[in-house]
Amino acid sequence: MIVYVLCFILFLVGLYGLITRRNLIKIVISLSIMEFSIFIFLVLIGYIDGGIAPIITEQVINPTYVDPLPQAMVLTAIVIGLATTAMLMAIAIRLYRKYKTFDIREIKNLKG
Amino acid sequence: MNSLIPLFIIIPLATAFIIPIIGKLTNYFAKTITPIILLALCFLSISLLLGSKNESYVIGGWQPVNDIPIGIYLVLDGFSKLILCIISIIGFLVSFYSISYISKYTSENNFYALFCLMIAGMNGVVLSGDIFNIFVFLEISVIASYALVAFGVGKNELEASFKYQVLGNIASFLILFSIALLYWQTKTLNIADISDVLQTHDSSPFLLFTQILLITGFGLKAAIIPFHAWLPDAHSSAPSPVSAMLSGVLIKAIGVYVIVRLFFNMFVFTYEIGLVLTALGTLSMIVGALLAINQWDIKRLLAYSSISQIGYIILGFGIGIMVLAKGGKESIAVLAIAGSLFHMVNHSVFKGLLFLSAGAIEYRTNTRDMNQLGGLSENMPITSATSMGASMSISGIPPFNGFFSKLIIIIAAVQAKFYLLALLAVIVSIITLAYFLKFQKSVFYGKNKNFKDAKEVPFAMSFTMIVLAILCIGLSVLAIPSVRELILDPAVNSLINLDEYINLVIKY
Repeated sequence: MIVYVLCFILFLVGLYGLITRRNLIKIVISLSIMEFSIFIFLVLIGYIDGGIAPIITEQVINPTYVDPLPQAMVLTAIVIGLATTAMLMAIAIRLYRKYKTFDIREIKNLKG
Repeated sequence: MNSLIPLFIIIPLATAFIIPIIGKLTNYFAKTITPIILLALCFLSISLLLGSKNESYVIGGWQPVNDIPIGIYLVLDGFSKLILCIISIIGFLVSFYSISYISKYTSENNFYALFCLMIAGMNGVVLSGDIFNIFVFLEISVIASYALVAFGVGKNELEASFKYQVLGNIASFLILFSIALLYWQTKTLNIADISDVLQTHDSSPFLLFTQILLITGFGLKAAIIPFHAWLPDAHSSAPSPVSAMLSGVLIKAIGVYVIVRLFFNMFVFTYEIGLVLTALGTLSMIVGALLAINQWDIKRLLAYSSISQIGYIILGFGIGIMVLAKGGKESIAVLAIAGSLFHMVNHSVFKGLLFLSAGAIEYRTNTRDMNQLGGLSENMPITSATSMGASMSISGIPPFNGFFSKLIIIIAAVQAKFYLLALLAVIVSIITLAYFLKFQKSVFYGKNKNFKDAKEVPFAMSFTMIVLAILCIGLSVLAIPSVRELILDPAVNSLINLDEYINLVIKY
């Protein structure tokens, strides 16, 4: 149970950073932290106490395997997370070239 | 297995990767291949819509083991056929329009590659029968749309894209989290299988939490009102063909479609969820319209009006769920859902047309500010006439399609005894008329101050707008009962008959 709580705390750390930080790069980092807390949660739900990696061999008798599906999901989600982070960083760098700052208080052309 | 379904994903995905390679050799490859493949998908989807065959396809041919589906399923039923049709038709027209419009930007190849990627993602979301697969395709289409919003790489475009990405990422996390919770509870990812498991479950607080997370996540993608902050910026900053695509198709295909699919075909109907959806729908309908009145940027006004119209669609589905959950008359629920589907089709046509007209105005005058425009009806007769048609249609003037779909939703609300909602829907329709009259008056009528020598737009652009304007009137035929039975009723049936969807995937 304590692991789930720690995982939720990691999510809250990311959310806190997202809300309070004013720097574009720090916002991206906070989003990554939130994302990874969810990945950890996904791996946790597939874990079975005392389970081993689901590789079928003949040496182990009556094995308990952990659920492999969440692991496959996490691998896919990490790749997607890489793409979104790269996209965010690319836009942040472009924004820096236009505005000469990473501060979101200076970047406010659009409103209303 | 001779199925045509995977073509909807494979063709645009392959084109997206071929364009940057071959596009380097010849200049005309990208702008000819994109409309051609989308036209082909148009014919394919229309032929599927008219044929009444529903089918499912297993990627890689992984057949069920002990009646438990283990492969990734692509499911084609009435509802997904209708949305596929919308995506292909609007996608084709917009890509044809882009031939002229995008030529003013550099790196056209990248535009068409991203456009095809977005279409592939949306088709994938619509066809997928597996919630994790929905997430994957959804990310493909939204990452392409993030890049397309920032395509102009000006100050505004980049800022809008960053905002859109931050909110879009939060939505994706919520969706992934709720998928994890659902998997934890049901130990399966297949929608039909989850629905089968949930039939025997009692509704628990845990399940309610998952449902609320899903509504929040997909509500952010669909820009329902408390989650709408990204939409006006993103839609007004993107190049006009992209705004037409985002507003006309993307928010429906990855937002409304998934909400409706999950809450009709996966979860058991509960009155509370119907209430939440109806309240959110009503709120976006009213607040979107009120926020739109005060806008002087053409595309920003259209973006707020999109929020308001999405409200109508969600409202209809909400009424449908509430009536079904209370065990009311099924005919009322059918009417409400059919009205919503009809409005979904109509909205993608007229909002696509309005954004394309805004693009045509911007193409000739380089401004979107209504204070500077005026009197363009003499200079640009085709743009003026078509956007007049679309404005009439969106505000619900009788011969146009918007009138009939709104009428059906309002009649359903009255029959279900939600008199207040019906009254609000009528009032919002009048407010819509008010701000579109303002748009028409300040752009096309009045005195032409600054742009006396503006010309009509090139052929590709005007042709697209004329086709969409004809569709605006032509789609009114869907209100005729026999046509409705052919096109809308299969979609409604696949939504309210739970067994039909489950039998399509798990064939006992």
